[in-house]
Amino acid sequence: MGMNMGEKILAKHAGLQFVEPGQLIMADLDMVLANDVTGPPSIKEFEKIGKPVFDNEKIALIPDHFQPAKDIKSADLAKTMRDFAKKHNIVNYFEAGRVGIEHVILPEKGIVAPGMLTIGADSHTCTYGAVNGFSTGVGTTDLAVAMATGQAWFKVPETINVHLTGKKPADVCGKDVILTLIGMIGVDGALYKSLEFTGDGVADLTMTDRLTISNMAIEAGGKNGIFPFDDITKEYVKGRVTKPYEPVFADADAKYAQTVEINLAELRPVVAFPHLPENTKKVADIKEPIKIDQVVIGSCTNGRLEDLEIAAEILAGKSVHPDVRCIVIPGSQYIYKEAVKRGYIDTFIDAGCVVSTPTCGPCLGGYMGILSAGERCVSTTNRNFRGRMGHVDSEVYLAGPFVAAASAILGRIAEKSEVK
Amino acid sequence: MEHKGKVWRYGDNIDTDVIIPARYLNTFDPKELAAHCMVDIDESFAKNVKAGDIMVGGKNFGCGSSREHAPVAMKASGVPVVIAASFARIFYRNGINIGLPLLEIGDAVEKIHAGDELKVDTGTGTIENITTGDTFNARPLPGFVQEIAKAGGLINYIKNK
Ligand code: SF4
Repeated sequence: MGMNMGEKILAKHAGLQFVEPGQLIMADLDMVLANDVTGPPSIKEFEKIGKPVFDNEKIALIPDHFQPAKDIKSADLAKTMRDFAKKHNIVNYFEAGRVGIEHVILPEKGIVAPGMLTIGADSHTCTYGAVNGFSTGVGTTDLAVAMATGQAWFKVPETINVHLTGKKPADVCGKDVILTLIGMIGVDGALYKSLEFTGDGVADLTMTDRLTISNMAIEAGGKNGIFPFDDITKEYVKGRVTKPYEPVFADADAKYAQTVEINLAELRPVVAFPHLPENTKKVADIKEPIKIDQVVIGSCTNGRLEDLEIAAEILAGKSVHPDVRCIVIPGSQYIYKEAVKRGYIDTFIDAGCVVSTPTCGPCLGGYMGILSAGERCVSTTNRNFRGRMGHVDSEVYLAGPFVAAASAILGRIAEKSEVK
Repeated sequence: MEHKGKVWRYGDNIDTDVIIPARYLNTFDPKELAAHCMVDIDESFAKNVKAGDIMVGGKNFGCGSSREHAPVAMKASGVPVVIAASFARIFYRNGINIGLPLLEIGDAVEKIHAGDELKVDTGTGTIENITTGDTFNARPLPGFVQEIAKAGGLINYIKNK
């Protein structure tokens, strides 16, 4: 019987020829990740075990959530992690000024690669499916133990085949693909399952699109969201991944619990209304104008160079609407620098945007753009739960960079084509 | 391991906020957490639960946040095993990791009612409803997960290894 991509990665890391959904396995991990919020409690648990770290090259500690420290408590968190990284000689620890958002820099620096098995104490660890890896979010104890043993147990998930066909229109991006999918299957549509993206539509998706899509697999309840390995993957990992890696391919008779069909050519820009990512609506179907107070362009979902390029092209020579704050946050130092070189940052500043150093910032309501009661934000982030970006009576509308930039100019939720 | 106990029966989509509301998350003391376990939907639970009683839920048990406080509160209440139609992913992991065995039996859960007496073998996955005479089979916990359960959780299991 054949296996799909995820099953192959799990089988290999468990030292088994074959695995099937429902099976519990113990697997060797290639990378173990924590951030400044989840790292410190895991470190506390880790210390109870009384063992050294299993491999100082296979742990990534990324201070991205509240850093550079936004307050004293955050400074304490960062310090706990910094001291731990020093003590255990953790190779993949990045200090403020060298860091970026965890799920942006791990693929960017080639720390995650095709065929790898990664866990992270962060629910969006599923992002690395974009580079043909199996990666998923876990709790405190899992992470602590993984740092000591390099292993984690898994229940092999069932898999939903998301079959993509066609080519997307010019004003549609990865965010529209994943928001449309979540709108179709719901926030629990992939609960306890994996997503695998297949079909000839995959070739039409850039690595940026794929990272955005895999990133939000969890917003459908998914454990992982994996893409096939193709020329785009090969090109992306070239020069980043320095160690040998083994891509995985689904067998012709791989089993899927269910298939969802999406024709990319039929997609239009969408927005997820408050307070669930499944509340998707086509921008064109919005009847009454929705006035906004803030726009955020950034996060592990859409803080990559291509996202900034899209936003810069729309904002070039234009001004942010007088009633709107537009906050742009490059996802990594590399992206920041490249955006400076290409003139995007000039464009943003000339248009009246706030530009920040890489950080999660307002995405989880940390800092750098918290909303007041009744305020509305169009955000390229991934969650619009009540109170996620500030006051419980504020609202977050999720969208891609095309819609975010157009909305910043017009002061209401808008498509790119509406910017004259 | 075998357990015999009375059933506390709950429905579908019991989320971690119900199991232990966020207002009690400022502590990680298991006893204190147990004192508030399930309060928002069943005040009698924390007061009347006896060591060995078994919690039974419907679909998607433990959905919501990844707080490990939820299974900790249940375990500290004296519940030795939880049975449900299905569990939410992170809750399932966290339960096993803190040494609380979880058994999934799908729709068969409909045949277990509040107050029934169950005999559960977490080794074989056999569940006997002593009250009604029905028996069910869950996929047994595999060797190492049983060992985790016996050790009282993943941290102890690793320490002893
Ligand atoms: S950008 Fe947002 S979703 Fe991504 S890791 Fe940071 S807080 Fe989490």
